[in-house]
Amino acid sequence: MSITLQNISKQFGDFKALDNINLDIPEGELVALLGPSGCGKTTLLRIIAGLEQADQGEVYLKGDNVTQQPVKNRQIGFVFQHYALFRHMTVFDNIAFGLRVKSHRDRPSEAIIRKKVHDLLNLVQLDWLHDRFPDQLSGGQRQRIALARALAVEPSVLLLDEPFGALDASVRKDLRLWLRHLHHELNVTSIFVTHDQEEAMEVSSQIVVLNHGKIEQKGTPSEIYDHPASDFVSRFIGQTNVFKLDEEEHFWLKQSGVIVDESQGIVAHVRPHNIGIEKPVDQAKAPVYLKDWQHLGGTIRLELNRDGANGSGATIYAEMPNEQFRELALQKGDRVALRIKHAHWFN
Amino acid sequence: MSAISSAVGQPARALALKDADWVRLALIGISLATIGLFLVLPLATVLINAFSKGWTAYSTSLHHPDALAAMRLTLLTAAITVPLTTVFGVSAAWAIARFEFRGKSLLITLIDLPFSVSPVIAGLIYVLIFGSQGWLGPLLAEHNIKIIFAVPGIVLATLFVTFPFVARELIPLMQEIGHEEEEAALSLGASGWQTFFKITLPNIKWGLLYGVLLCNARAMGEFGAVSVVSGHIRGLTNTLPLHVEVSYNEYDFVGAFASASILAGLAIVTLIFKTLLEWKQNEERKKAKE
Repeated sequence: MSITLQNISKQFGDFKALDNINLDIPEGELVALLGPSGCGKTTLLRIIAGLEQADQGEVYLKGDNVTQQPVKNRQIGFVFQHYALFRHMTVFDNIAFGLRVKSHRDRPSEAIIRKKVHDLLNLVQLDWLHDRFPDQLSGGQRQRIALARALAVEPSVLLLDEPFGALDASVRKDLRLWLRHLHHELNVTSIFVTHDQEEAMEVSSQIVVLNHGKIEQKGTPSEIYDHPASDFVSRFIGQTNVFKLDEEEHFWLKQSGVIVDESQGIVAHVRPHNIGIEKPVDQAKAPVYLKDWQHLGGTIRLELNRDGANGSGATIYAEMPNEQFRELALQKGDRVALRIKHAHWFN
Repeated sequence: MSAISSAVGQPARALALKDADWVRLALIGISLATIGLFLVLPLATVLINAFSKGWTAYSTSLHHPDALAAMRLTLLTAAITVPLTTVFGVSAAWAIARFEFRGKSLLITLIDLPFSVSPVIAGLIYVLIFGSQGWLGPLLAEHNIKIIFAVPGIVLATLFVTFPFVARELIPLMQEIGHEEEEAALSLGASGWQTFFKITLPNIKWGLLYGVLLCNARAMGEFGAVSVVSGHIRGLTNTLPLHVEVSYNEYDFVGAFASASILAGLAIVTLIFKTLLEWKQNEERKKAKE
C-alpha cells in the first residue's frame, strides 16, 4: 500500500519534532527512516501508525485520508522497539490476539486461528515456542514473535520502531538479512526506524534521512551514499573526511589531484575509499605521513596525519584492499602522497 | 593517602561486624518485645475478654440485633465504598500514568489529602456541609433527605478516608509497566475496552487486589470520620467499630470484645491476603524485569 504524508508537523512544547514533512512511499517498498536520536523519526512512524496525532498535515494510506482515523482502523502492523509482547499471554495467545479481538462478524473460527498462528510461527521459524511466555524467550525470539503478531492481522503497512535496537550484534546481523528476505516473500509495504546507517543500507530499498524534524534526503542506498544531498547526509552515511577550502587546504588538495573549483562549494567531503595512497617521488615534499592502521576485515584503514610531530592537524582516513596495502609495504611514520579520486562539495 | 585510609578502614569494618552481634540481638529483642507488648498482648486480651463468660455469651452478644445491624451496616458501607474507590482509583491512576495535563501534580497531591488529614476533620467537613446547620442543611431538610446521622453520611465519610488506597497502589505500578502493550493491542485492532480488560487489567490485577484489600480493611475499620457523622443510633447508624465503643461505654464488655474480635479476625485475614498478594506481586515484578 502506498503511503503519502502531506505537510506533517509536530511540536512537543518548544521542541519542533517534525517540520513540514512531505513524503511518498510507493507500494511494496522497504523504507528506512534514518537519523540521529531526536531527529523525529520515531514520532513520524507513530504518526503514520496513528499512535500520535500530528499538529498539522495529512496521512494517506492507499489514497485514503486516515488522519482522523484511530490506530485500530488503519490496518497497520506495528513492531515496538521493546517488543511490547503481552507478558501474561503465551506466544500463541500473543499472536492470536489480533484475530480474537475482531468483532463477531469478522472473527475467524478457533480452528482457523490455530492454523494461522502456527503458519506464522513457522514463518518466523519459532513454532516450537508456541506455549512459552515472553519472559522465557531471548531478545531475538521476542522480536520475531512481535513481528509474527503484527503480521497476524494481515496489515497493509508494517511499521517497525528500531527493530534491532535492543539486540546484540550477532543476532542483529542475522535478523537484518532475515527481515529483508521476509519482505521479499511478503512484499508488504514496510517502514522501519533506525539510527544505524549500516543497518539502513543493508536492509532497505529506500532510505529517508531525517535531521531536526526535516527530510534531508530520500533515495536508494546507493544514491544516498554516492550522491549525498547535504553536508549532514554525507557525514551521517558512512565515514568521510572533511576539508574546508581555506588557503592551506586549497594548496595541498590541488597537489592531491583534486580539481579545486570554487563554484562547487567551500567544503569537500572525501570518503576513505576515495583516497588513494602512493609512494611519493620526493619524500620531503609528501604532504602526510602514516600514523597507524587497522584491519577492518577485507580492507585496511589508514590513519594519516599532516605535518611533523604526533597528531598535529586533523587525521585523514583512507581505506584500501589488503593486498594493495601489502604491496605498498609501508611502515609507520612513512611519508606518502595522496590521490583523491572523488569528492563531494558542499557550501 | 588513600592507602592509609583504606588500611584504617579495614579493621574498622571488621569491628563493626563484630559489634553487630549484640546490636543485632538488642534490635531483634526490642522489636519482638514491642510487637508482643503492643500488638499480640492486646489482641490476646480481646479474645480472652470476648470469651470470658464462655462461648454462649460470646455467641449471644454477636447475635444481638444491634450487633447484627452494625455488621450489616459495616458490610453495606464497604460494599458501596470499595467499588467506588476502585473505579476512582483505576481512572485516576490511568489519567496520571498515561496522560500529560495541567494540574497533574496537584491531582497527585490531592489524592494523598485523606492520608494527611485527621479522619475526625473529614467527618466534620461533611457535618459542616450536610448537617442541619451546614451549607446544604436547609436545602436537604426541605427535600427530606437525611445525610448526616444516616447511612449516606457514613458512606461519604468512609469514601473520603479510603479513596487514596487503590489509586496510590496503581499509579507507580502503571507508570512502571508503561504504555507499550496497550498501544500494541490497539494497533492489533482491539477497542479501548478490550485493551483495558485483556491487557491492562491482567497486568495490574495483583496491585489492584492489594489496593482493594487495604481499602476494604480501612472501610470496615474506620472509626473517627464515621463517628462524627453517624450519631451513634443503635441498630441504625452504628458500624461495627462504633458498636464496640458504644457497648464498652455501657459496660457490656463481652459484647464490646466479641465485636472487636470480629474486627481483629478481619485484620488477620487481611494480613494473610496482603502477604500473599505481596508475594505474588514480587513474582510478577521479577518476571517483568527479566
